[in-house]
Amino acid sequence: MADATPGTAPDAKSAATADPTQEYKRIITIEGLNKWFGTFHVLRDIDLTVERREKIVICGPSGSGKSTLIRCINRLEEHQEGTIVIDGTVLSRDLKNIDTIRREVGMVFQQFNLFPHLTVLENLTLAPVWVRKMPAGEAEEIARQYLERVKIPEQADKYPGQLSGGQQQRVAIARSLCMQPNIMLFDEPTSALDPEMIKEVLDVMVDLAESGMTMLVVTHEMGFASQVADRVIFMDQGQIVEQNTPSEFFNNPQSDRTKLFLSQILDK
Amino acid sequence: MTARPFHRSQAEMLPERAAPVTTAGVVGWLRANLFSSWANTAFTLIALYLLWLIVPAIADWAYFNADTAGDDRFACKSSGACWAWVDQRIGQFLYGFYAPDQTWRVDLAVVLLIPALAPLLFEGVPFARQLRWFSLAYPVVATFLLVGGIGLEGIPTDKFGGFMLNLTVGLAGIVLSLPIGILLALGRRSRLPIIRILCVGFIEIVRGVPLITLLFVSNIILPIFLPPDVTVDSLIRVIVMVTAFASAYMAEVIRGGLQAIPRGQYEAAQALGLRYWQSMVLIILPQALKISIPGIVNTFIGLFKDTTLVIIIGLFDILGIGNAMVSNPDWLGLATEAYVFIAFFFFIACFSMSRYSIHLEKRLDTERRD
Repeated sequence: MADATPGTAPDAKSAATADPTQEYKRIITIEGLNKWFGTFHVLRDIDLTVERREKIVICGPSGSGKSTLIRCINRLEEHQEGTIVIDGTVLSRDLKNIDTIRREVGMVFQQFNLFPHLTVLENLTLAPVWVRKMPAGEAEEIARQYLERVKIPEQADKYPGQLSGGQQQRVAIARSLCMQPNIMLFDEPTSALDPEMIKEVLDVMVDLAESGMTMLVVTHEMGFASQVADRVIFMDQGQIVEQNTPSEFFNNPQSDRTKLFLSQILDK
Repeated sequence: MTARPFHRSQAEMLPERAAPVTTAGVVGWLRANLFSSWANTAFTLIALYLLWLIVPAIADWAYFNADTAGDDRFACKSSGACWAWVDQRIGQFLYGFYAPDQTWRVDLAVVLLIPALAPLLFEGVPFARQLRWFSLAYPVVATFLLVGGIGLEGIPTDKFGGFMLNLTVGLAGIVLSLPIGILLALGRRSRLPIIRILCVGFIEIVRGVPLITLLFVSNIILPIFLPPDVTVDSLIRVIVMVTAFASAYMAEVIRGGLQAIPRGQYEAAQALGLRYWQSMVLIILPQALKISIPGIVNTFIGLFKDTTLVIIIGLFDILGIGNAMVSNPDWLGLATEAYVFIAFFFFIACFSMSRYSIHLEKRLDTERRD
């Protein structure tokens, strides 16, 4: 657990308060995070700090709590113990803080979750107009830029139901980006896609990573992990079992759980 | 590696071809839909035979052998229907006891309903933006026209009757019960226990009691609890009770729609930073209401037909007027004619709602492939 990876100070709290530049570099600080679903202890003593512009891939067997962990970051799940600080804002019951954090954190879901009753363009402009109070014309301009960036500008006036899975997921990424977040969370973004469409989504994510976005990605795409991740985190039974640089993680896994997991997914 | 027997490698892709024409055209349609099998052919022939038996008989009764002139039922000599009363009574059937020289106000209110409803119901209506303001003002305009006031002769609501009473109560109930039903449905799913208990209580109590009972309560029991000098207009009492009754049903219909919306829609809205009411109004309700259209229209149609129950508290809607006429010595025994006439009005209103809901479902279908 205490694998000292560059950028993760073991005592995050004191470091954060001692050095203001550290404070600025650090965009996510999670300490002693515990969460239960009923009586099921789903997250156990999670400590995690993420630096600005860092790309983290989280993997692990199903039920290991990896999705729950990133869903705690934008309060789609409520945690019971521990502290989460996002870019200086403490995540608590305070609705104002939750609003602030959700504006800074974008999320992409496994099932896309586009709004089926709105066109692609309306999907993209909705939150900027209603949450950021952006003028409609400006929101549309930004939306068209991001559609261009995810390479589907010609689909702006279609409904999500008329697009392929890969196109829908790219729209979903663009929708999050239109809010101009500082952090992007990806919850198994390619798991619901047909094999031939995975690459088009990963390409967009690689492009985003290269632009310097802070990213937390729950995925089993190990190619993506070794290509863009600064750090790979392996979770099992609600704990961070191992974290390391991609090359160390894949070539020199330390724990037996990690070795077993890697042998299972890489032998496919 | 040598080619196996199943080996095949296609150099060029097949071009697109037009659909076969055997299913097109009148003959094709007849063959596919009416004579596709022996059983289908038999049913077609039986249906044609029944139509041949029924339709001419109805036409003879209602039109060819009918009497249309006369001052009382004795003027009707032929074997068919007796429509002689229509001329004399149509005013009552439509306007009840509304002052005959003022009925133009009712007509005007009905005509104004068209520009008020058009921008809400249909797309591509010219001047839709301006007309929506008129839609908003319509209830006030219509109330002013019907009840009177500044400059217009005042007409007490107990003079309202006939089909205009059905329309007044029905439209008021429809316009009010939808938003109240939405609020009740959201309240029933609220995380705040007090709101939830209040909504569940209202829905279960109102839904568990017949509408007639509610009307009795409003008419007989409510005044007992009110101070003697406080009287609530009976038309308002009816509208309140009909609305309450329909809202309870509406709430459950809409709750069904809300439950059909995947959790991911709520989560996506939350993750984008939308507040509760924003995500409800912009994301959840548009989808939930679309799913609920058949149930909502069903409730509207039920509500509209229930407006005939106003007879319970002494108001004469079109059915009450019809009953009164049928028991009048001049027109005694013309129940069939009266009820067919009344049924025609209700059928037009309810069938229109039904067709509109189908149109709306098609318009809102975003899954279509263009």
